Amino acid sequence: MVLAVLVAAVIYLLPSLKPDLWPHKQINLGLDLQGGMHLALEVETDKAVESTVERIAQEIREQLKKKHIRQVSVDRIKGTSISVKINQENKIAAVKKLLDDEFKDLRLLSESPADGAETIILDLPDKNREHIKKMAVDQALETIRNRIDQFGVSEPDIRRQGKNRILIQLPGIRDTERAKDLIGKTALLEFKMVDDTHSVQSALKGNIPLGREILYKLDENAQTHRTTRTPFLLKKRTLLTGAYLTDARVQIDSRFNEPYVSINFDKKGARIFERITAENVNKRLAIVLDNNVYSAPVIQEKIAGGQARITGNFSTEEARDLAIILRAGALPAPVKILEERTVGPSLGADSIRKGLISMLIGGIMVVLFMLAYYRISGLIADVALALNIVLIGAGLAAFQATLTLPGIAGIILTIGMAVDANVIIFERIREEIAVGRTPRAAVTAGFDRATLTILDANVTTLIAAVVLFQFGTGPVKGFAVTLGLGVIASMFTALILSRQIFNYLLQKRTVKSLSI
Amino acid sequence: MQFIKPDVNINFIGRKKIAFAISAAMIIISIASLVLHGGPRYGIDFAGGTLVQIKFQQPVNVDDIQSGLETIGLGKSSVQQFGDQQDNEFLIRTDSSVITTEGFSAELKKALAAKTGAEVELRRIEMVGPQVGKDLREKALFAMFYALLFITIYISGRFELKWILSAVMAVALIGAVYVFNLFDVSIPFLIGAALIVSLVLFWFLELKYAMGAIVALIHDVTITVGLFSIFGKEFTLPIIAALLTIIGYSLNDTIIVFDRIRENLRRYHKKPLEVILNRSINETLSRTILTSLTTIFVVATLFVLGGGIVHDFAFALLVGIIVGTYSSIFIASPILLAWQTRQRKK
Repeated sequence: MVLAVLVAAVIYLLPSLKPDLWPHKQINLGLDLQGGMHLALEVETDKAVESTVERIAQEIREQLKKKHIRQVSVDRIKGTSISVKINQENKIAAVKKLLDDEFKDLRLLSESPADGAETIILDLPDKNREHIKKMAVDQALETIRNRIDQFGVSEPDIRRQGKNRILIQLPGIRDTERAKDLIGKTALLEFKMVDDTHSVQSALKGNIPLGREILYKLDENAQTHRTTRTPFLLKKRTLLTGAYLTDARVQIDSRFNEPYVSINFDKKGARIFERITAENVNKRLAIVLDNNVYSAPVIQEKIAGGQARITGNFSTEEARDLAIILRAGALPAPVKILEERTVGPSLGADSIRKGLISMLIGGIMVVLFMLAYYRISGLIADVALALNIVLIGAGLAAFQATLTLPGIAGIILTIGMAVDANVIIFERIREEIAVGRTPRAAVTAGFDRATLTILDANVTTLIAAVVLFQFGTGPVKGFAVTLGLGVIASMFTALILSRQIFNYLLQKRTVKSLSI
Repeated sequence: MQFIKPDVNINFIGRKKIAFAISAAMIIISIASLVLHGGPRYGIDFAGGTLVQIKFQQPVNVDDIQSGLETIGLGKSSVQQFGDQQDNEFLIRTDSSVITTEGFSAELKKALAAKTGAEVELRRIEMVGPQVGKDLREKALFAMFYALLFITIYISGRFELKWILSAVMAVALIGAVYVFNLFDVSIPFLIGAALIVSLVLFWFLELKYAMGAIVALIHDVTITVGLFSIFGKEFTLPIIAALLTIIGYSLNDTIIVFDRIRENLRRYHKKPLEVILNRSINETLSRTILTSLTTIFVVATLFVLGGGIVHDFAFALLVGIIVGTYSSIFIASPILLAWQTRQRKK
């Protein structure tokens, strides 16, 4: 059995020492050792509910328009409620019928009639809200995964945590700023008409006409790094969004030698785009990404075929990243970075080196001490200790656990504590010998009596390790794993392996004395 | 080789009053330091904020770094030498969670290089938002509490065969904590109260071994935390890991002694408890000292050679192991006597 365990351990450990020798997986190094980035994001799911409600309000407006019901104002109020204000008494019944027929999912909160007019307040039932929130997180997870896959990171770890958090681990990544931009951008692409009939200047002073908004175009001067903000007065209504995109690629403009992003719409998107361009020839169409205007070209003629281009002084890298996020799609809600940890690769290498040196020196001290104190028996304990470390390494590889800096500290601590089991046994054997037993009887009695003690003492450390594992994140979890593995390995080596060696030594001949 | 002769017989129990006095003094100093400093000094893991570790190619002046930070609106951050002097490494800390803004690291690099005139490398950036910090703080407290409770069940079960009693008690406590937690009670206060209730319950249910072990553990953790506060060291996630390890380690020690007490109680059941306790402590003394020694060897190497990041972690372990060894001899065992004196008074 001892042999079987050892062989298995060596098999698991080999790939980490010599990668080409064995096709099995290596020990995973944590981000703090190999460098990389850890991010915890929160999906602002309330925003997803708000934008759904906004969309429904828009739908109500369109339905009313289709049925030629005028004098009704539909607004989103208090974040996620819709107020429908009907100013003409004879339209009340028609509006209510429309709401009952087409929007029966909405919950009626209040109806307040006031001389000839009536205000109806509606909102989404809780069940729908929860569903929207859940979908938002699912979709955000999927989108971020797509973006990272296309960005090209080896072995990223992206997972959901709790209700609306997303944990991202990107090992070995260098350009963290860029990765962060790529992950965190909502990437909501919208096409809106520029309002050229009103003056931007007067709108900036506060007279924004109804249904209009001011958005800015940001330009950075390549030499001075100064940004200029150009205001645009836009019609609030979104004509087309990035949801209809099928592809986005980087192209180089042959005339100015500047990169731009060309986008393709699907059939439906292409039809909408064709209609917009046909209806608005000689007007300006603004391309808006995350509420920043990228460009606002004048529509020269009807554009069929569903192709458009986004220009805007990009560097090649920026254009490439923009293409990636457009391809991967928009996030259903903005995300907020809650936690970020970035470790440079040189620091990780430093940590490994220092960890190994400490392990070596600490180990040598313990080995020498045991030899000096217990002689031959100390040697047995040292053999057990060495195997202990092999077993921990093998355990890490076998369970695909991650080795972190505190994890290395855990192994070092285990070296100190691992000899404990042997010390307990040896002290027992010494006591038994002092009572006058033969070496063989003393060894048997020593092991028998020490076994329970060792079990009791180690189970408590194991409990602490399990709790740590449950509670821990990243590095702390790594520590819990090595501590737990260390405890189990040290029990195995002391109770089974050391005993085998003693038995082997004692059975050969009748030993008169024991070097302990 | 032998440090402790087999016939050693030190009267540990007889000196329990002195030991209790020393421990009480240390605990009072620890708590006083905590109160004076307004609680433990939380690192960014728990308080939220930003930490940047930077390395320069050549020696620089801390004041230059500070003025470089001022140019990008980080004048309020603290700058601290990190690791060895010749490494030219520094830690920058701020309360705010600034680095999520675009282009921060480029801006920081530029500002620092401009003021110090040395090339700078950003080696580590950590940002923890305030909400995450609070979550982690609460999780850490719960982890400590649960670890203690589970351990008590195990001790009461193994040493006094009171599995059911202790399990019921633990489940009731966990349930109570869970229910109160729903009502938005301050978590540190809640855990503190739960600990006191546990101690009172141990006392009346006569879970002696569990009581001894837990008092020793609280003693160890309090003193370690106190020392951290006195030295102005920061509480981070790894330190919580260290505290839990100390709990495991100190308990390990305590249980070895308890195990011997249990054995000796069976063997010499006619002798007074004091004698048995003393005998048990003396019999296991050699092991206690040896294991502590080997563990201190390795933790001390880690402390000296492990580098800046594990420095405080190793410090916590070092303190904890020394205090833990002391407490399993002088605190945990004498507590078993408490019930005896109570019965005598009746």
